[in-house]
Amino acid sequence: MKYIDEYSDSKAVAFLLGKISELSLKIGRKVRIMEVCGTHTMNIGRSGLRKTLPENLKLLSGPGCPVCVTPPEYLSATMGLLEGGAIITTFGDMTKIPDSRGRKLSEYPETKVKFLYSPADALKIAKENPAKEIVFLGVGFETTAPLIAAVIERAKKEKINNFSCFSSHKVMPPALKALADDRQSRVDGFLLPGHVSVVIGRKGYEGLDIRGAIAGFEPTDILRGVKELLEQITGDEKKIVNCYKRAVREKGNSAMREILYKVFKPADARWRGMGNIPGSGLAIKDEYARWDTVEKFNLSLSAEPEPEGCRCGEVLKGRCIPPDCSLFQKSCTPQNPVGPCMVSSEGACNAYFRYEVAHDEE
Amino acid sequence: MCLAVPVKIVEINKEGATNGSPAGATGEVAGVRREVNTGFLKDLKIGDYVLLHAGFAIQKVDTTEAKKTLKIWEEIEEDAKE
Ligand code: SF4
Repeated sequence: MKYIDEYSDSKAVAFLLGKISELSLKIGRKVRIMEVCGTHTMNIGRSGLRKTLPENLKLLSGPGCPVCVTPPEYLSATMGLLEGGAIITTFGDMTKIPDSRGRKLSEYPETKVKFLYSPADALKIAKENPAKEIVFLGVGFETTAPLIAAVIERAKKEKINNFSCFSSHKVMPPALKALADDRQSRVDGFLLPGHVSVVIGRKGYEGLDIRGAIAGFEPTDILRGVKELLEQITGDEKKIVNCYKRAVREKGNSAMREILYKVFKPADARWRGMGNIPGSGLAIKDEYARWDTVEKFNLSLSAEPEPEGCRCGEVLKGRCIPPDCSLFQKSCTPQNPVGPCMVSSEGACNAYFRYEVAHDEE
Repeated sequence: MCLAVPVKIVEINKEGATNGSPAGATGEVAGVRREVNTGFLKDLKIGDYVLLHAGFAIQKVDTTEAKKTLKIWEEIEEDAKE
């Protein structure tokens, strides 16, 4: 496939791995690099990269799986809407996470929970079901939120009033700041999410005191990002470098940011396992309150506890890796997930289960 | 969930894609045709590569940059042979 296959070339991979080994040896101490994005986690697992890296170099998964960081109370509120008669529309793996009472959206009939290819399809469903309330689960980062904003804007323009968005959208830079400030995470450098960066640009990370490499998703892209971070460490530098120039521009995509901030405003948000992070969420502006599920149904969300024994929160902060959780592979598997990191295909526990650890195939 | 893949624009639809974008297009990836909402990008032409995310084109793939990166790989290969 053009612009994909070329980037997984094995010779280039071998060359980059050699460079990475040299640099790691030179640094000597343990190096902790966090791949923030869930798609990175998945591709690192799938390509087997983690195992080929030098002993003292650790790649840690971060909070960049939107489904994984959505707090449990959001799910309970969604169940309430469903039981109140609304049709729930969503994409991603939201339908597979058990809520605090063990219920999953996937257990409801297809007429009540609809899986979308594009958020724009929610408006089609709204038009086809004029007597029903259609709720779209707005989960995702800067990459996805502008799409939803465009859909909300269209609902307003076309007066599609039985559609609303339940926003749990989040933005990355405040979470990166929280991680950089977390003493226990001890992250030396961040592989920054390529497709969030498409929207916010390299400039979007300005002001953060971190080592960062914006990286694409093929094995050579990921290794190139890692090499860049190791070079910054050996050179005692701290900067944000764009290693994904074929997709990421210095200033990002301004048309997407424009619609994003036309419809949404920054708000505080609770991240699963990370708690409240100031300014890290996106709430729907008052002008669009009619299409805001929270306003429309007068929802008030109060924090709910995580499933007992689940260490998703620590996994998402890079404080531990999935096999450190005592439930991993025992009571928690992709077939029977306890926490969201095991549910989502981009979740660290799921990726570790599928690619990083040996187990009997069922 | 921020997954986006490069698709080649094979058709610009004057009427707009059926998902209602003001200027829609059709893209092709691995032989599969997909509707592309092009509202976030200007001046798309047939033959352009775009990154497609949940039905929306979010950026043009900069082919000069892509080739530059690929050229680096070629050099790496040369290097590796030595
Ligand atoms: S293995 Fe399961 S229970 Fe443990 S942290 Fe991961 S999702 Fe949570």
